Amino acid sequence: MTDITSAETAVSITVDGKKVTAKPGELLIDACERNGTYIPRFCHHSRMQPVGMCRMCLVEIDTGRGPALQPSCMIECSNEMVVDTQSKKTIKAQEGVLEFLLINHPLDCPICDKGGECPLQDQTMAFGPGESRFIEEKRTYRKPIPVNENVFLDRERCVLCDRCTRFADQVAGDSLIHFIDRGNKTQVNTYPDQPFSSYFSGNTVQICPVGALTAAPFRFKARPWDLTEVESTSTFDSVGNRISVQESRDRVLRFTGVDSDSVNWGWLTDKERFIFEAYSNENRLSGPLTTNEVAEGSQKHAVATSWSEAYEKFVKAINETTPERIAVIGGSRLTNEAQYIWSKIAKGIIGTDNVDAQLDDGFSPEVLLSLNPSTIDKTCKPGGVIILLGADPKEELGALYLRLRHAILQDQCKLIELTPTKTGLSQLATHSIRVPPGKTLEAVKALSGEPSELEDDILKELTKVQKIIKNNDSISVLLGRTSLAETSSIVEEGAIKLQEYLPKASFLPLLRRGNINGAIDMGLSPGLLPGRCDLEEGSDKLQNYWPTCPTHKGFKTKEMFEAATDGQIDVLILLAADPIMDFPDSQLVQEALDRIETVIAVDIFATDSVLQADIVLAAATATEIEGSFTNLEGRISPIRKSVTPPGTARPDWMIALDLVQYLVPNLGPSTFKELCEEISLVSGIHKDFDFSKVEQIDKEGVVLNRGKNKTQTSLIKIPKQKANSFRLVVTRSMYDKGVLSAHSSALKGLAPGSRIKANPKDMEKLGITSDSTVRLIGLKGEIQTRLTPDPETTRGTIHALWNQDGPDIRKLIDSSLPVNDLKIEKI
Amino acid sequence: MAFFNEENEEIAKEIVGRYPVARSALIPLLHLAQEQEGWITKPAMEQIAELTDTTSVEVLGTGTFYEMFKFHPVGKYLIKVCTNISCQLLGADELFEHVKTALDVEEGSTTEDGLFTFEEAECVAACTEAPCFTVNYRYFHRATPELFDEVVVDLKAGESPLSKGCADDQGVMPKHGTLSRVRQQIPKTRSAGIKHPEEIKGPPSWIEEVV
Ligand code: SF4
Ligand code: FES
Ligand code: FES
Repeated sequence: MTDITSAETAVSITVDGKKVTAKPGELLIDACERNGTYIPRFCHHSRMQPVGMCRMCLVEIDTGRGPALQPSCMIECSNEMVVDTQSKKTIKAQEGVLEFLLINHPLDCPICDKGGECPLQDQTMAFGPGESRFIEEKRTYRKPIPVNENVFLDRERCVLCDRCTRFADQVAGDSLIHFIDRGNKTQVNTYPDQPFSSYFSGNTVQICPVGALTAAPFRFKARPWDLTEVESTSTFDSVGNRISVQESRDRVLRFTGVDSDSVNWGWLTDKERFIFEAYSNENRLSGPLTTNEVAEGSQKHAVATSWSEAYEKFVKAINETTPERIAVIGGSRLTNEAQYIWSKIAKGIIGTDNVDAQLDDGFSPEVLLSLNPSTIDKTCKPGGVIILLGADPKEELGALYLRLRHAILQDQCKLIELTPTKTGLSQLATHSIRVPPGKTLEAVKALSGEPSELEDDILKELTKVQKIIKNNDSISVLLGRTSLAETSSIVEEGAIKLQEYLPKASFLPLLRRGNINGAIDMGLSPGLLPGRCDLEEGSDKLQNYWPTCPTHKGFKTKEMFEAATDGQIDVLILLAADPIMDFPDSQLVQEALDRIETVIAVDIFATDSVLQADIVLAAATATEIEGSFTNLEGRISPIRKSVTPPGTARPDWMIALDLVQYLVPNLGPSTFKELCEEISLVSGIHKDFDFSKVEQIDKEGVVLNRGKNKTQTSLIKIPKQKANSFRLVVTRSMYDKGVLSAHSSALKGLAPGSRIKANPKDMEKLGITSDSTVRLIGLKGEIQTRLTPDPETTRGTIHALWNQDGPDIRKLIDSSLPVNDLKIEKI
Repeated sequence: MAFFNEENEEIAKEIVGRYPVARSALIPLLHLAQEQEGWITKPAMEQIAELTDTTSVEVLGTGTFYEMFKFHPVGKYLIKVCTNISCQLLGADELFEHVKTALDVEEGSTTEDGLFTFEEAECVAACTEAPCFTVNYRYFHRATPELFDEVVVDLKAGESPLSKGCADDQGVMPKHGTLSRVRQQIPKTRSAGIKHPEEIKGPPSWIEEVV
């Protein structure tokens, strides 16, 4: 596509007698729209390449050779172009196109989900002939056929605009739906027995200009005119996609993507799109619970209680012990405001620094703060180089994956992958290099020209990469966890080294949990206070607002659990965290929970961890609260309330404000407004930001300037892999056993299940086939499983997916080790 | 479950190798598949997808756009009778009915012995010689029911009816799907090479020759 941003000279065109300016290379249909003249269209979509499929946008265009009907979605503006969108000919053409489109289109609007928000309906009203001359019988097809688990296709209604198929092919890269047959019989369909299994299929429903594609969770649920919508931010992952939350009778019925230039371009993953079902699931926690006193000693048994009683119990548990014996885990699901107030409770009132929002699956905030910050736009800058140091964006941050894909395919970005496993982007990478697990730093060393212990063929590839890097001054690094079975330091060290070598490169950390970036900004991390400053630097500012402040850096999540197993933790507060499910070393968590006196959970579902809590505070979720969200770029955007929470469940910030009063009566803040003001007063990075006016921010959000610190990390030693051992690599996949997916009917069945993969050559050497059961033995435990041969798996490694049905790979992970090497035994 | 037999698989790979982008070989491979089986089967589409780095539905979608690719079994001989206006005026309807009774098939289906598939055709661009029918796309002009019967007798007897056709062809009638009786060969010296379009900087090589 032409880069319209770099050209300087605008072109002048005349639309319906009015002179307007267009950007060079801009499509006529877009230029007209920008200047207030809407030309009807079906196939044109500004986020996809034009095809000129439907002819609805015909207008009379005169480029000096006399007026002629041309599709305005295919014509780039040129100087002195004269356009008539109202001429007799134009109107006749548009009426004709509509009459033709309606020949075979069923008039089932009254029972069609799209009715009321249907571009075909609307444009027929506005531009159609008003009457049909067609008296013959219409073509019919079998009523909706599923193209996958969640999307239905009603072929009769399709106007063959090529939007869904173009999306599948161009945007998502999952070319699994296609036009089939020709002429009158042309239809969109899948290949027999190969469903449209795409993580992004729901977007086709959103862009279909008729009711041909519909999504199961919304089918026949409501009429569009009965919906009330608010624009909000998806809190599901850290990209912070802009969404429209649509509700009817106090029930959320649909999420749709909102087109924000700097973030998601209107796209959502299916997981984000359909996750709302979980929010209105009837199993939501609807009020506070405590464990039954009577039954104490035997099995814990939760009973409903009142909020005041729950708060009193909370205070009692806190007062019965000392600050350093209290730990707080989680908080990434919360809004910025709730995060701040919980940070105040933990650090400023209780006085413990054992606070960590990450569950050992992210990075050390100190390291992140020492790297040049980046944004998605900066990462995807046309012509730049993107280095991926870990995590598969397709599996973990879907909307970001779509942006990256576009940057590579359309904007000439070059992708360099230095990951232990193949990712969803590998096929598009200029160099996709399999760095053995644990060797990220070595790869970076080699890049910067230092001696490294990598094998020759990798080094050779890296020399080619060096050349690319040298010739490009826009270099961005995507920093994600390569494996959950190894310490985060492996990638952190690589990143620090890379920053030294490329001082101009910027870094986008792929921490994936919802509002984890807000959590770090608000101090929900050991050693940090709101505003991302350390304990010493921050305590002065907080003096007037916080009764106390920890002086020593507290434990990280892993250390908290280790301390707990030694009996050093009495109270554990889980802020919407489910470590039993989410922490890599599940055995450690269970041992810890067994020893902790009081576990307090603030959550929306009775997760495995919540079931073991003594006090449960039922929280509201993203569609039920007002607040703000900070995405992985540090972009703040509003979260808006749409419906009321179930029962007496309340927003996290409200719970926290109540608790402040219970802990220190009369200590502020006591209202949401005061809370907002206090954040701006105490947090340096938020000082110019008015949280109470967050709903006025537009869909692009506001990117915080968070500055940059220096950091020192001590190099950790990665043990050499023993011969005949296999290094475990554990990565996430889009769908897993997560509690939200489990409560959404659309997402429930989508997890791929555990498939533990090994290189076929390794398997051959060991004399095992895909049918043999083997024992995988780690330091702490073992599992029995079959191995799936996969030539993409690096030799000497075992690759498994996180949190799937089947053998529990967490048994193999000992989080005290930097890497986990396994033995394989044949049974 | 490879579809192509060994010989054709070799040919398929050679065809893919002719293009800078593998998917360009999609249609040539559909021809090859149809040549092998007489029609395009599911395993064929799946293997073509693999060979051309596309998805099966792209192969199906592309193939079904073309009327001459068949996605259901077709007899050894595909008989098509033109019923467009010129032919109709000169007796196509009678011919059409005659074929139906002579072969005892409905339009669009195949005789029980798997020998003939009968289809109606749109104008085959031989209006001056109407009415027309074709067998495996070989033309028979100014057709009469008698001519048709003779052709069927030949085919059933394993003899070639081509000499009765318009082209005065003495050769054999190949089975449906055969693209041509002589396979295309592109000698190395005549090959344009497989440079990716994006890698091509200068003008085409022959322009330099001229200059
Ligand atoms: S199904 Fe919808 S989006 Fe797809 S081609 Fe038909 S009308 Fe367009
Ligand atoms: S919008 Fe221009 S042809 Fe469809
Ligand atoms: S009408 Fe039959 S060949 Fe033209």
